[in-house]
Amino acid sequence: MKRHLLSATDLDRESATLVLDTAEEMARLGERSIKKLPTLRGRTVVNLFYEDSTRTRTSFELAAKRLSADVINFSAKGSSVSKGESLKDTALTLEAMGADAVVCRHSGSGAPHRLAQWVKGSVVNAGDGTHEHPTQALLDAFTMRRRLGRIEGLRVTIVGDILHSRVARSNVLLLDILGAHPTVVAPPTLLPVGIEAWPTEVSYDIDAVLPKSDVVMMLRVQNERMTASYFPNVREYSRRYGLDARRVAALPDDAIVMHPGPMNRGVEIAAEVADSARSTIVEQVANGVSVRMAVLYLLLGGSEPAIGSPAAGSTEGERP
Amino acid sequence: MTDWLLRQVRPLGGDVVDIRIVGGVIAEIGPSLPEGDCSVYEGGSSLVALPGLVDLHTHLREPGREDAETVETGTRAAALGGYTAVHAMANTTPVADVAGVVEQVWRLGRDAGWCDVAPVGAVTVGLGGEHLAELGAMAESIARVRVFSDDGKCVSDPVLMRRALEYVKAFDGVIAQHAQDPRLTEGAQMNEGVVSARLGLAGWPAVAEEAIIARDCLLAAHVGSRLHVCHLSTAGSVEIIRAAKAKGWDVTAEVTPHHLVLTEDLAATYDPTYKVNPPLRTAADVEALRDALADGTIDVVATDHAPHPVEDKETDWTAAAFGMTGLETALGIVAETMVATGRLDWAGVADRMSIAAARIGRLADHGRPIAVGEPANLTLIDPDAAWTVDRAQLASRSTNTPYAGRSLPARVVATFLRGRPTVLDGKPA
Ligand SMILES: [Zn+2]
Repeated sequence: MKRHLLSATDLDRESATLVLDTAEEMARLGERSIKKLPTLRGRTVVNLFYEDSTRTRTSFELAAKRLSADVINFSAKGSSVSKGESLKDTALTLEAMGADAVVCRHSGSGAPHRLAQWVKGSVVNAGDGTHEHPTQALLDAFTMRRRLGRIEGLRVTIVGDILHSRVARSNVLLLDILGAHPTVVAPPTLLPVGIEAWPTEVSYDIDAVLPKSDVVMMLRVQNERMTASYFPNVREYSRRYGLDARRVAALPDDAIVMHPGPMNRGVEIAAEVADSARSTIVEQVANGVSVRMAVLYLLLGGSEPAIGSPAAGSTEGERP
Repeated sequence: MTDWLLRQVRPLGGDVVDIRIVGGVIAEIGPSLPEGDCSVYEGGSSLVALPGLVDLHTHLREPGREDAETVETGTRAAALGGYTAVHAMANTTPVADVAGVVEQVWRLGRDAGWCDVAPVGAVTVGLGGEHLAELGAMAESIARVRVFSDDGKCVSDPVLMRRALEYVKAFDGVIAQHAQDPRLTEGAQMNEGVVSARLGLAGWPAVAEEAIIARDCLLAAHVGSRLHVCHLSTAGSVEIIRAAKAKGWDVTAEVTPHHLVLTEDLAATYDPTYKVNPPLRTAADVEALRDALADGTIDVVATDHAPHPVEDKETDWTAAAFGMTGLETALGIVAETMVATGRLDWAGVADRMSIAAARIGRLADHGRPIAVGEPANLTLIDPDAAWTVDRAQLASRSTNTPYAGRSLPARVVATFLRGRPTVLDGKPA
């Protein structure tokens, strides 16, 4: 592993597979009655969230606590960071606190990259602007592997606001690294100029792609995209790009339906689809904790297996 | 006033001569002149003498942002960069949209004494893009404003742009347009293309520049006015200017040093040192800009020197300010990109960095031939003295240079403003 996880491209096939394998061990731990490992005792993980995201913050917090790390939640609201303190000053403050890892969510693309230039600890990108969200891509890959037994060769269709989606960017990159075949589907207005350089197929027609999809991942579409004329209205968007029961019927039998949440039921995904047996939406949340444990463990804990030493899971025999 | 004898210099890179300056005027040019009562500056037979450089596009930030730059610090940086005149952009606080402000800036420049400061007047009140500023009053003031620009903002309203182009004809003014369609660039962070798609930074498409330039060329032709286009950055813009000039329209254009050398890939660092407006473009754009500067389609190199305090750059890309400093490195970048590549000789550099800029800005005493009887505004360059840019050594109050650590092939060793040295041996005199 590199020192930071800023982009899916910080991983190669080997290290990404190691994260997924480690997450598998972590998931098994989660099935035990005592869910804690002593691995990161004495280490400090800072959650630096400039954007509200209870889901992601809670997921990282739980992951760090299950590894016995000390967790500091440094939310931008009500702290010095909202009073104009620069990103650099904040970085130096975290440095002074002895942060071993900083989990950063920011509305500006590239903010975690900047942070990584100023802190000695590891920086984990927990979503930056319209750039990337690599742990989301890892948890999505983990979910696919658990459901379908493999990632290599899977045909993964990502539908929605690709232009503004950090989830889409990280997923396309990671799926390519892992040997899957991504296709992005969107109205042309919601695809970036320059997408031809991405390692993905591009389509405007969801119905043409669904029969050839092992995975279909629906992205949230925001109302403000409508007011900015990316599409005429929600009704038309839903009709042309929404996943309803009729479209699901066109999927291969064992294809799965994913959504990073939060969902707009009835817009990009019909309620009955979200709640169907194909849907992995609830698992994705649980898998998020396992994957983030794996990432923190591998960035901070070292190279030995996470579980398997006799003392694992007890309060003794922690690693140095 | 001290008189000077410049020993063994090469005007425009030509034959070695001595130049005698008496009373601020070039008094004698010839081989091995007698010393007389003059102070002697030894050239060492390799120095190139150019007419003092003229910048059409400088942000001196005073009044209002003295934490970034002042007229004093900015003009000292300009002198060290070889400039004897700079045009100070109007986007100060308060905006230079009335005679009082341009006169204040002009006086600050005169009092500082490092180089002449020609204030640029705002086109519209408060750069608001709605009502014409008092262009005539600024033209008639002691600052004698001839260049008007809302730089930083585009005069996007076509009717207002037409009126401005027409109005300034009465006093031989020019509108210098910052060509950026505001609607096409809302929230824009960098050039729109493959790199912006990957980095997730909102795109600033080339068409947002080109569409405004095309419109303005057509407007200028229609009303028979003079148009100057600031900081061309795309190959498409070059094509439009080339076509306008071929039709004989009175259109001029500038390019910045950074658009001649840096490309959009630098945004991948997310280091806002490379965040600038218009944004860094592609390598193909850089090539087109160099070609256009060489063949005269682009008339001048203008720095768009845009100082910012550290805190406006030491943050994340999207929150950071646009702009780079450039006064002290412009000549070196032009030497690297145009002279070392054989695209311009030193006479060409004199034209693009002094003569054409003075002509566009209507500065009578600058950009003159190096000839007897002309004002002694001169810059001496060592074309073989490579130097490494060091942030701490630059004179600008701000340190947002994109060239820190870069080696440049030529350096300014002396600058004379009306016969008085402002820089000697590369240091403030
Ligand atoms: Zn500008």
